[in-house]
Formats: sequence, C-alpha cells, structure tokens
Amino acid sequence: MPKTLFEKIWDTHIVKTIDDGPSVLYIDKHFIHEVTSPQAFTGMNKRGIKVLRPQQVVATADHNVPTLNQHLPIKEELSRKQVEALIQNCAEHGIELYGLGHPFQGIVHVIGPELGVTQPGMTIVCGDSHTSTHGAFGAIAFGIGTSEVEMVFASQCLLQSKPKLMRITIDGELNKGVVSKDIVLYILSQITASGATGYAVEFAGSAIRSLSMEARMTICNMSIEMGGRCGLIAPDETTFDYIKGRKFAPQGAEWNKKLSEWKELYSDADANFDKEIFIQAEDIQPMITYGTNPGMGIGVTETIPTTETINENDRSGLAKSLAYMGLEQGANIKGQKIDYVFIGSCTNSRIEDLRMVASFVKGKKKADDVEVWIVPGSKQVEAQAIEEGIDKIFEEAGFQLRQPGCSACLGMNEDKIPAGKYCISTSNRNFEGRQGAGARTLLASPLTAAAAAITGVVTDVRELLN
Amino acid sequence: MSKPLNIVKSRFVPINIENIDTDQIIPARFLKATTKDGFGKNLFRDWRYYNDDESKTRADFPLNMSQFDGEILVAGKNFGCGSSREHAAWSILDYGFRVVVSSFFADIFKNNALNNGVLPVQVSDEFLQRIFLQDNNTELTVDVEKQTITINSTGESEGFDINSYKKTCLLNGYDDIDYLISIKEDIQQFETQRA
Repeated sequence: MPKTLFEKIWDTHIVKTIDDGPSVLYIDKHFIHEVTSPQAFTGMNKRGIKVLRPQQVVATADHNVPTLNQHLPIKEELSRKQVEALIQNCAEHGIELYGLGHPFQGIVHVIGPELGVTQPGMTIVCGDSHTSTHGAFGAIAFGIGTSEVEMVFASQCLLQSKPKLMRITIDGELNKGVVSKDIVLYILSQITASGATGYAVEFAGSAIRSLSMEARMTICNMSIEMGGRCGLIAPDETTFDYIKGRKFAPQGAEWNKKLSEWKELYSDADANFDKEIFIQAEDIQPMITYGTNPGMGIGVTETIPTTETINENDRSGLAKSLAYMGLEQGANIKGQKIDYVFIGSCTNSRIEDLRMVASFVKGKKKADDVEVWIVPGSKQVEAQAIEEGIDKIFEEAGFQLRQPGCSACLGMNEDKIPAGKYCISTSNRNFEGRQGAGARTLLASPLTAAAAAITGVVTDVRELLN
Repeated sequence: MSKPLNIVKSRFVPINIENIDTDQIIPARFLKATTKDGFGKNLFRDWRYYNDDESKTRADFPLNMSQFDGEILVAGKNFGCGSSREHAAWSILDYGFRVVVSSFFADIFKNNALNNGVLPVQVSDEFLQRIFLQDNNTELTVDVEKQTITINSTGESEGFDINSYKKTCLLNGYDDIDYLISIKEDIQQFETQRA
C-alpha cells in the first residue's frame, strides 16, 4: 500500500495502539529548555523515578536568557532561578546541557539541526510549539505541554492520535526579493491561522525543493501558526549535504546505512492525503502582517483588508486587531512608520538569515529613529557571523548584534518592545502583547525587515534591490 | 492524578472572541515559575487590567463583570492557538474552570487541558452562538459519561467527541503517565526490536 512520508515514519514508531484510543508513539529525541521543564522534573521527583533515556534528551537555556552580558549572573531573579533549576535537574538526571557559556548554547530549534542531532525519519518533541521546525529534515517533530514532557521523561513515549494529512505543493520560481518567510506568510494568509489544525502538513513542489535547509526550517517552523500538528519536507541531497560531517551526524559505515534508509523517506506517488493545496510561487510577493494573528498578512504593496474583503475566518476579529495595531481598514501598509526592527527567533536567526541581511545592508546605515536588534540563533551562528565579518557590517549600519536566545520573539527577558511602538520582526507571532504589553508586531522576512531598518518605514524591498 | 470529572452543572463566563491564543490566556512574563500553582490570578492578565495594574480593571471584560460566574468558560473558535505552554491550562484550572466550550480548539491546548482534568467541549458554530445568546443566569450541563452539553433553560443539547480512553481517564482522574509507566516492558521490547 502506498504511504505518505508521515505514515512511513509514524508506522515505525508505534509501540502499541489502545482500542478506540491513542497510539503509544516512541520518541527518538527530546529537546528541553528552562521554561517548560521544571514542573515535569518535579513530577518525576514526586514519583521517585529517573529519566528513562537521558542520552536521548538534549537541553539548552534559551527562552529566558539575557542577550547582553551573558557572562554575568542573570539579574532577574525568577529567570535566574529557572535557569539554575535546569542546571540542577540535568545534573540529577544525567542529561547533556548546553547552558549559558557553552559553545553549543542557543535556541533549541537552531542548535538541534546545526549539531546534527536532528535527522530524517526521527520522532522529535520539545515543550515548545515551534518544534515543528525539525520537520524540515523529514522528521515527525511537534511541540508538547509540560505533562507530556514528563511522559517522555518517564517512558520515552507519548500517547498520540494520528492526525489527518495535508500536502501543500508550491511549484514554480520565486520572484526577486521573495524568500521562504514570504512563502509561509503567504500560505498563512490563504488558509488562515487555523487552516491546518488537526493535520500534519507536508510541504512539497519545485519551489520547496530549491530551498536551502535554513529556508525549509523557516517554513516548517511556522506550520504551527496554521494550527498544524507538525510540518515536514521529504529529505533529499540538500538535506544529506547539510547533515554530513556535523557533530552528532552518523559517520563511516553508519552514515551509509542511514543514508540508504533516509532515501526511502518520501511520499509514494499515489499516496493519499486528506487535503491538498496547490500554490504557484510566482503569485507570492514580499509579505507583511497587519493584524494580531499570523494569518493576517498581505503583500507589502497591498492595502489592509476591510470587513468586506477579509476572509470570513478573521472578519469578527478585524476591528479589534486593527484597534490594537493602530491601523486603518483599507490603508496602505507600505510607508507605515517603524520604531524597532527585530531579526532573530527560531524562525529566522540562522547564519543564512544573517548573511542575507548583511549582504543587503552592507554600506547602508539604519534610519535615525529606529532601533535594530540582531539576535543570532546560537553561539555557533554568532561565532560564524564574526568569522565572516558580518558583525562589522552590522556595526557600521548601526545594528546591535546581541547574544543568542529567544529574545524579543516572546519578550520573556529584558528584550521587550514598549507599548504602542511598531516592531517589524522576523519572528513567528504577532499576537497582542507578544513582544511586550501593548507592543505592535509586523511579521516579515529578514530582507523586508532589513529594508525597513534602512528607511524607517515599511518598504518594498524590491525597490532597493539591484 | 487529577480531580475526576463527570457532570458539571454551572453558569458560564462568555468570551465571544475568536482565535484566543495562549499568549492572551497567560502572557509569557508569567512563565518564570517552577511550580504549577497560582497561575489563575494572571489568567487573561492583559485583558483584565489596564497597564498591568490590578487596581485598573477593564470593566468590559467578562472576567471582571460580576454578573458572570461559573465553572464553564465559553469562547470563540480556534481557542488556545499558538504556544504549547501548559501554563494556559493551569491558569484556567486554577481560576476555577473545569470546562472550556468552543467551536474549535488548537491541538496542543486540547491535550494540555485534558492532561490537567480540564475538558475541552467542541460544539458546532450554531450551538456556540446559541449559548452566547443566553442570559447570564442560564446554566449549562456538561455530562462526560453521556458526552452531551445542554442549555438547561431551553433544553437544547448537543453531543461532543472524546475517545473512550480519554473519557475513562477523565471520569476516574487517571493520567497518561501512570499508563505509560505500566507498559514499560512493551516499550523496552520495542527498543530491543528496532536496535
């Protein structure tokens, strides 16, 4: 029987299935961080049990950490205690921790792939919804709650019901100035923020095949913003080339064995999907959001929808969203004044994102009244940026290169956008208060964000490209 | 173990807003705790207060309106989207809700709620609108065993889905961890076979 990519991985990870209930799904890799793990460790300690397979768990500190002066103790007491709890819990349970100061520290969804921990065919979970990122390697990867973190600690398994399957095929060639973030914001604008709820989403088509691993991760990262249980892309030569030689990648004979297994990971030609969506790459232009969910996006030259033109799903929320954002129905988004630019997060903080921004801003200066924060995804990304001289380009442009962490994506640390201010952000969520109470977020690609940093307003980056 | 849940007969608090994300349910700045306790006071924090000031309540937000009360929260569709933070479920439970009714739930929130003995009841759009039309004294009855939700004043009723495994867990207060620990031998055998 023909199978989808998802089914090939799912079927080989089922320990058993409960009658009229969920399946017991075996988990290959479990990433943890300081914010969603402490209560799970407490639960384990109350039960008097140890983590079953500590060697399959990888820990880092990312959500809560400062992005300046990481060599100093964390000033904020609650944040410091959470990070200290992670250190203690990992030591007690024998879990490898890439904490502050470690050369591998960084955003959990950036370090997994760059260390070669993330591999095709795996089941991967983390107490963070953007775990879907790892699906770019052809893995089933999804976010879980803290009770589920405890389940994986205790049993290396989860109880899961098989989701429905959706395939989104994007064929054709991308227009100038359009990058993977624009693809995913475009999909979101078409299917809305709940368009994939209940589904595992496979991304396919020639436009996807042409993307680098970094770009594919951006798309899978935001599959959760469509409500998707996970997002995945079949592995290919681009995937294998990326993994080969990385710290925890298979080596020698083991590499060849794995490679032959990985090459079988694709959806069979006549495999069945519950839903299929087709998109033409040429229809996509640089995107930006105007509202308070990631589905509320438009092309940068388009006008903000009105009650008459918006999709039904967002109609009732439009007035509330625009009141929060301080924007008007039917107005141009292009030319909107920007106060902050945030380039970072598990969506767009990889070396390729920083290179893209650097090559665009080289020799340019930021607008006077704009503050620009560049937050690399990991210590390795930071080191690479410095090695390539990207830090100098940012410095000359007036951009601040900070230290790795989740930072202003969710504003758990000091990196908050003040109330009422506009931030063009390469992160994944424009929810009310996400970047700080009252902060107004416009989601965009690193290129579009960089263009706004230079002009001080929402800009069509294509006008600035040669 | 969570508290068993069978029949909830209660008035309800209506929040007629769609796409309520978990950043609204519990903003990120309250995720720094290392225990599960005390999140209720920060439930919908930025919709309840102006400028994060507990003395400046927003009079038009249902949680601040004295006419609304009860163990049932009724909200617009796509409730709980966004972050996987279980703190959202903890804050709803700690505030005193045992049931959330909506016409659509985000996946991760649904699991998190069930894992804490909070029941997400998914109803049709039409039935949800019927509930929103009721006055504030109306009681709803949610019956887990029968899998029904009823508007008591009018007798209108609708069934809801829940798989029989989760139903047994809710009715008895069992949790998945107990079950998974109990099948440890199956898991070890699975690991041996694929090695």
